[in-house]
Amino acid sequence: MTEQLASFSLVAIYSAMAVYLFAFIAFTLDLAKRSAETPVAVTAVPAARVGQLASAGGTATLERPAAPAAPTIQRRSGRFERVAYALTILGWLLHVAGTVLRGVAAHRVPWANMFEFSLTASAIIVGVFIVVQLWQDLRFLGAYITGFALIVLGFGTVGFYVSVVPLPPALQSYWLVIHVFVATLGTAFFAIGAGLSLVQLIQSRREANRFAGLKFLDTVPGSVALENLAYRVIVVGFVFWTFTLMAGAIWAEHAWGRYWGWDTKEVWTFIIWTIFAGYIHARATRGWRGSRSAWLAIIGFSAVMFNFTIVNLFFKGLHAYSGLMS
Amino acid sequence: MSRPSDHIDSPAPRPRGDDVAQPRLGPIGYLRFFWRQLTSMRTALFLLLLLAIAAVPGSLFPQRSSDPNGVTLYFSTNKALAPVLDKLQLFDVYTSAWFSAIYLLLFISLIGCVIPRTIFHLKALASAPPRTPARLDRLGAFRAFEVASDQSDSAGAPITAASATEAARAMLRGSGYRVRLFDGPASSGGGTLSVSAERGYLRETGNLVFHIALIGILLSVGIGGGFGYTGQKVLVTGQAFANVRLTYDSFNPGRFFTDSALVPYRLILNKFSAKYEEQNRNAYGQPIDYTANVTTYDAAGAATKDVIKVNDPLRIGGNEIYLLGNGYAPSITVRDPNGKVVFSESVPFLAQDANLTSIGIVKIPDGLSTQVGMRGFFYPTAAKNEAGTFSSTHPDLRNPMLSLVLYTGDLGINQGAPKSVYSLDSDKMTEVAGPGAASRTGALRLTPGQTAQIPGGLGSITFDNKAPKSDAADLEKSVPRFASFDVHRDPTQGWVLFFAICVLLGLLTSLFIPRRRVWVKVIEQEDGRLRLEYAGLARGEDPGLDAAVAEIAERHSQRLGLKLTS
Repeated sequence: MTEQLASFSLVAIYSAMAVYLFAFIAFTLDLAKRSAETPVAVTAVPAARVGQLASAGGTATLERPAAPAAPTIQRRSGRFERVAYALTILGWLLHVAGTVLRGVAAHRVPWANMFEFSLTASAIIVGVFIVVQLWQDLRFLGAYITGFALIVLGFGTVGFYVSVVPLPPALQSYWLVIHVFVATLGTAFFAIGAGLSLVQLIQSRREANRFAGLKFLDTVPGSVALENLAYRVIVVGFVFWTFTLMAGAIWAEHAWGRYWGWDTKEVWTFIIWTIFAGYIHARATRGWRGSRSAWLAIIGFSAVMFNFTIVNLFFKGLHAYSGLMS
Repeated sequence: MSRPSDHIDSPAPRPRGDDVAQPRLGPIGYLRFFWRQLTSMRTALFLLLLLAIAAVPGSLFPQRSSDPNGVTLYFSTNKALAPVLDKLQLFDVYTSAWFSAIYLLLFISLIGCVIPRTIFHLKALASAPPRTPARLDRLGAFRAFEVASDQSDSAGAPITAASATEAARAMLRGSGYRVRLFDGPASSGGGTLSVSAERGYLRETGNLVFHIALIGILLSVGIGGGFGYTGQKVLVTGQAFANVRLTYDSFNPGRFFTDSALVPYRLILNKFSAKYEEQNRNAYGQPIDYTANVTTYDAAGAATKDVIKVNDPLRIGGNEIYLLGNGYAPSITVRDPNGKVVFSESVPFLAQDANLTSIGIVKIPDGLSTQVGMRGFFYPTAAKNEAGTFSSTHPDLRNPMLSLVLYTGDLGINQGAPKSVYSLDSDKMTEVAGPGAASRTGALRLTPGQTAQIPGGLGSITFDNKAPKSDAADLEKSVPRFASFDVHRDPTQGWVLFFAICVLLGLLTSLFIPRRRVWVKVIEQEDGRLRLEYAGLARGEDPGLDAAVAEIAERHSQRLGLKLTS
């Protein structure tokens, strides 16, 4: 039963990867198409648009802000973009199904070794990306997110695959559910923040007229708007990461008898926390806004990836739960 | 910590011309200068990033605190490099002078920033919102309405400047704003009334709580490390342990530790059971549960039965007792040629792999005609592999076998120098049984209950079967288990948790509660119409400011019975 469910799970994951691949292609085509179109940049609502306030028989005029708002970009989402986004949702549903099946097969949460962690982490990253669209249109990051999920799933299935095995005693704790899940959630926000910072860096170079190519950048927000978006996303990630650090310390106290022992994974979690703390402070430091803080966000996310891959596989420590034989 | 939000976008200082005569700084001037530098935001950011970089080497090199064996191994494999790295404190990164210097400077910088900001914030908490600016339309978020003269609100009362202002005041106060009314300056048509309101003081409070709690964590950790201790104890099933310093196998007291901190209690390991996976072929033999059943006795002698598991420590007498490791402790009895017992103990063997192939050392300094040392391998399920050597294929006792290499000569412990019970210095000894023995006798191989003679007629060795009455084929209880426990006392652990929770709460409020000032101004115009102006000013990150001002304008007009119809 377990093995059958695990193989169903794998089939779902492979299907999700195929769908993500098409989504990635469609998102890329969309970016290419964006370069071709000339966007209609509209200077916001004309100053002093007048409306009517009516009360008991009389009227009042409404005066709109005279300050020129930043030009907003009005564009209809292209066909490729809509197809790509639909494919992303479809792929994500398959992805979640595969991940849940894996958990059902193992009778526990599907994030106890590196293979399962790559399934869950990429599912949450794509999930957060989908949910974030309700708040802000960040579909221009679609190629980045689906490409990233594809790479993670590729490494996960090819490099890290392990059969379903029971939890070793050290992992038998409800903190596994809380600590790892929140860490993954934080990772998802950091991933989107890093993507925004990356576009911000390219955009600010373009705004400085360093290069005229990459016309699709006309269809995404300006570098300052991107920086603000990145900040708002990363701040959420930082809160989750702080919680991860604390939950991990509490769990370590239960399992290993000390809440902090500078184990390699603890060290890297601390380093990442410090980098993002630096990122938040950089926004309030003269000379550190803009590109420098964007670099910090990218370095921070790289450290997260380093922590997940290199530290798990090659560094010696107590968090040796990759499930892979060295 | 970040500067007050008003400081963020202050213009960069103008470049100084060469003609500016700089004043000479006296010693106090220099102190002041360095203090300013240290507590500046740039320095804090620099130190923060430096701290991140400085933490990296601790993950690249084995650390004495977390991996002492790794350090020993590093020294033996990198003989030339290791002493140099050691001089640079790269094996003790987190207690090193340079790492400490960075975080201490960072925290001094933090304190230097927190104190003035706390004072500033306390003053702000005590003061009312500032005067309404003359021109609200210059602010980022701005809305304005004009209400025709002689309008009446939904209750039928006429809308006047006073009633509109009062409505705004009540509304803003209801939304958690601190409000203050201002009268004037008079406009051409009549009076001007305004409400100045501010909210989100909690943002700065949270920010200060976050940073103060970080200092609290640092202090608690430091104090806890000074007064606490950790100790390790290996117990074979049936053995007891009393909370006295001497009974620990190893004991690491903090700097200010005194023996009076040891609360008297006693603990007996009644039973240790390990469960291994039997069903899942992919995980066959993988541990799924370790349980230690213990009985504890408090100072009065009252007994309590308890269970210690890996994620479930026992809390007793201010201590936490953790189950960290386990293994087999084969019972070995050595007799002299006359049959007199000179050694009889269950010796903990340290596990080397997942199937509990274990290594142990036995030293017999007295009782035989010469000192004898044994280096043993224990295999719970012994299997001979192709090369002719043995390994264990399952962690349970299915085919237990003990293999001993014997040495005679000088154990090197007569001088009184302390020696680890887990290592044997055989340089000055002669191998009498084992692959290197002159007699070419191999290592002694014993199954539970078997006895072998020590070459040279020195005596005999018995591998005791602890459950001799059970069926000969059932060896499951023939070799006792041991469990290793870590005993901790950290008097400030609760404080660390308290401050950590403060950090999280402070972070949440400082990041997500917007601090904003809002003004509502009512201007009486010449033609008798009322002009309503709404404006907001963000203090810090506040992406929702414009929407908030729009909402205030909307709600205010509703309250006055006005409705937008266009």
